[in-house]
Amino acid sequence: MSMHREEPASFAFSSDNEARAKAIIAKYPAGRQQSAVMPLLDLAQRQIGGWLPRIAMDYVADYLGMPPIKVYEVANFYTMYNVKPVGKNHVQVCTNLPCWLRGSDQVVHACKKTLGIGLGETTKDGQFTLSEVECAGACVNAPVVAINDDYYEDLDEATITRVLEALKRGESPKSGPQNGRLNSAPLGGPTTLKGGA
Amino acid sequence: MPKLTIDGREIEVAPGTTIIQAAEVLGIEIPRFCYHERLTIAGNCRMCLVEVEKAPKLVASCSMPVGEGMVVKTATPNVLKARRGVMELMLINHPLDCPICDQGGECDLQDQAVAFGRDRGRFAEAKHAVRQKDFGPLIKAEMTRCIHCTRCIRFSTEVAGVPQLGGIGRGEHMEIDTYVTKALESELSGNLIDLCPVGALTNKPYAFKARPWELKKTESIDALDALGSHIRIDARGAEVMRILPSNCDDLNEEWLGDKSRFSCDGLARQRLDQPYIRENGKLRPASWDEALALAASKLKGARPDQVAAIAGDLACAESMAALKDLLDGLGSPHRDCRQDGARLDPAVRAGYLFNATIAGIEQADALLLVGTNPRKEAPVLNARIRKRWLKGKFPVAAIGPKADLTYRVDHLGTSAALLDAIAKGTHPFAATLKAAQKPMLILGMGALRRQDGAQIQAAARGLAEACGLVKEGWNGFSVLHTAAARVGGLDLGFVPGAGGKDIHGILDGATKGEMAVVYLLGADEIDMSRLGKAFVIYQGHHGDAGAHRADLILPGAAYTEKNATYVNTEGRAQRTTLAVFPPGQAREDWKILRALSDALGKPLPYDSLSQVRARLAAINPVFGQPGKRVGAAWGAFGSPGAVADAALATAIDNYYMTDPIGRASPTMAVSVETFLAGAKPRTGTHG
Ligand code: SF4
Ligand code: FES
Ligand code: FES
Repeated sequence: MSMHREEPASFAFSSDNEARAKAIIAKYPAGRQQSAVMPLLDLAQRQIGGWLPRIAMDYVADYLGMPPIKVYEVANFYTMYNVKPVGKNHVQVCTNLPCWLRGSDQVVHACKKTLGIGLGETTKDGQFTLSEVECAGACVNAPVVAINDDYYEDLDEATITRVLEALKRGESPKSGPQNGRLNSAPLGGPTTLKGGA
Repeated sequence: MPKLTIDGREIEVAPGTTIIQAAEVLGIEIPRFCYHERLTIAGNCRMCLVEVEKAPKLVASCSMPVGEGMVVKTATPNVLKARRGVMELMLINHPLDCPICDQGGECDLQDQAVAFGRDRGRFAEAKHAVRQKDFGPLIKAEMTRCIHCTRCIRFSTEVAGVPQLGGIGRGEHMEIDTYVTKALESELSGNLIDLCPVGALTNKPYAFKARPWELKKTESIDALDALGSHIRIDARGAEVMRILPSNCDDLNEEWLGDKSRFSCDGLARQRLDQPYIRENGKLRPASWDEALALAASKLKGARPDQVAAIAGDLACAESMAALKDLLDGLGSPHRDCRQDGARLDPAVRAGYLFNATIAGIEQADALLLVGTNPRKEAPVLNARIRKRWLKGKFPVAAIGPKADLTYRVDHLGTSAALLDAIAKGTHPFAATLKAAQKPMLILGMGALRRQDGAQIQAAARGLAEACGLVKEGWNGFSVLHTAAARVGGLDLGFVPGAGGKDIHGILDGATKGEMAVVYLLGADEIDMSRLGKAFVIYQGHHGDAGAHRADLILPGAAYTEKNATYVNTEGRAQRTTLAVFPPGQAREDWKILRALSDALGKPLPYDSLSQVRARLAAINPVFGQPGKRVGAAWGAFGSPGAVADAALATAIDNYYMTDPIGRASPTMAVSVETFLAGAKPRTGTHG
């Protein structure tokens, strides 16, 4: 990976995140604080800037009183967590079956071409990381690409290229379906509940 | 109790039993990979699929509890087809490198592929490979072979209590890993080798040394701690290639500590294979005749009260009995089997036994550890404590060293004075013990080795009596020994006779020059510089501390090389079986003493092993019931008196090297480097 970010020497929640972590843990019964592992990892990842160095995982393990390996397992299971540094825009292309049937191969191809990198790689300027992920949970709008917290849906080669070019220019392209569809309604407009608010 | 039918045979089992367990009772074997009777159920390999009438599809028999009236079929065409499918799936990414895999010949995957798989693969695609992993000096990892059964994860998390292995990644990319490269920090890590159904985790020191079908397998008893674990010694020719645990529900279940498993390469090194005589400060080889004649002349030439004997931690009962008889013949009362100086009162047997028994730990409902670190002193026993602790409602407290024992321990402090406080009821833990139905106390050698060991033993007895540890049907007072020879020695009375000196007296006497001859029967853990000018005869199997000091060396047999009796910490006399012959001119130990008695002109009255054993049983009937645990009646023991306020320590600071075999073992040496970096180089069972 060309962009190199060192493993930080220490990690601790910022005071804001500390407060958030306490609030999250309070949602679970006493003694079940380990249930908070996923949201806490997310907090840590956001605080660090998109990835989870080992020291942060160890910190969360200690925070919740669980064996570190259990936290490593969680962090390595979900593609939402990055155990290696990622670029400013983390482009996550879903290639599971529904997306694949709807053309994710072309989407992957367009991403590689536009960004000039392969899957699992980061651009030299540290702006983009391209990853392949399992079902993003939005199959109804397949194919889907998640870029950081935004979903870009109903993509094809042209639309994903447009989105990426806009990001390159530093713009914030509008998320959601890219083919004019309203949310998950049928293409061409709703067919039921038409009179509704 | 639900009744069900498996393959046309009816059976009634306890509710909650799974189909695979019920089938086992009937002797019907269902193939499996992930299921293991001593681990939790994972149900992930699908090899155990069976047909259950009225179920819409095949069910995993390892995780399906039986139901009333269930009709199970384990060998229908559908089941066989499913097994074939599972096997094929499992082999898609398996390297099929059996010719270069150490598991070959004892591999579940290999066996089941032959029994249930197809005869060829249909996959031409590239296989998944996993980068090389380093799991330390004992376990060789070849994770490309892994079938993700997760037995290793479950063992390390549940039994060993060292959760360092996990499943990293998911789906096709899932790998078993520590994530942070490091050796598994468990004294039980070797068991992963036995549990892994494939060749992913294998025995590193044994790598590429032998094939299982070349090995002669001998069932025997371990002597490297005081548990007496059942083992299987695998030998090829004259060499012990490896040691494995053997199942014994009462003792080690099916586990073995790493020292007992991996020290075996020490059996081939530093061996004493012929007699030696020291001349002008140098040892020179000698013949048996010459050596025995010299020993006899030295023994005869000394006044009886200037002769003493010390038995070491690996000495067998047969040789201790012979040595005791020999000393009695000479008229010397100076002998001791407590080379570490433990001030154990030999008068009352219940005072030095692990009365609760090892299996009994599972019934206990409160535990106090005194001057012991069971994880180092007997790791398999520690796993039993953890097993009990996992079931819940088991308060454990400790007086003595603070350590990670793999379960929650309430550390009360280090001062031995706490014993009195608990006995008097002024300490809150007294209430916990009193409230328990089967409270237990484990007293370690670390506590008994002190100057005030006898007072501590008495204080522990007082505590046991005051807090209800000894009652009808239960005795929770349990001494945890560290030496395999110890209980046998005490049972035989290998302690000072009338007017005799104990280990302290012998060493003091020798230092002052009052001892003419000191006979060391495998005793290596004493301070050799205190033997003064005495003529030292060392009988043993390794060129360790004793042999370096010796003036005369009589080469004996290691525990793998003789049919010998050891009494474990519970008081169970067990017999080892000769797996290989002692090297060179070394001989079984009792025979050496028998020959020496001839040279002395006072032949011992036994000429065969059965006669020696008859003699053992005559000294103490415990020896007449091999394999059986023989308990003992309660009584008054120890010397009541003031206990010093000093901190209690553990008896073992280096788990991997407590005996001459471990010190000769290259594998134990790298283990020390890996696991105890920074530990003191001094080894052995010194306190
Ligand atoms: S390493 Fe062996 S025991 Fe562990 S999951 Fe893989 S096959 Fe199972
Ligand atoms: S398969 Fe792509 S979102 Fe579900
Ligand atoms: S043995 Fe039943 S699923 Fe593995």
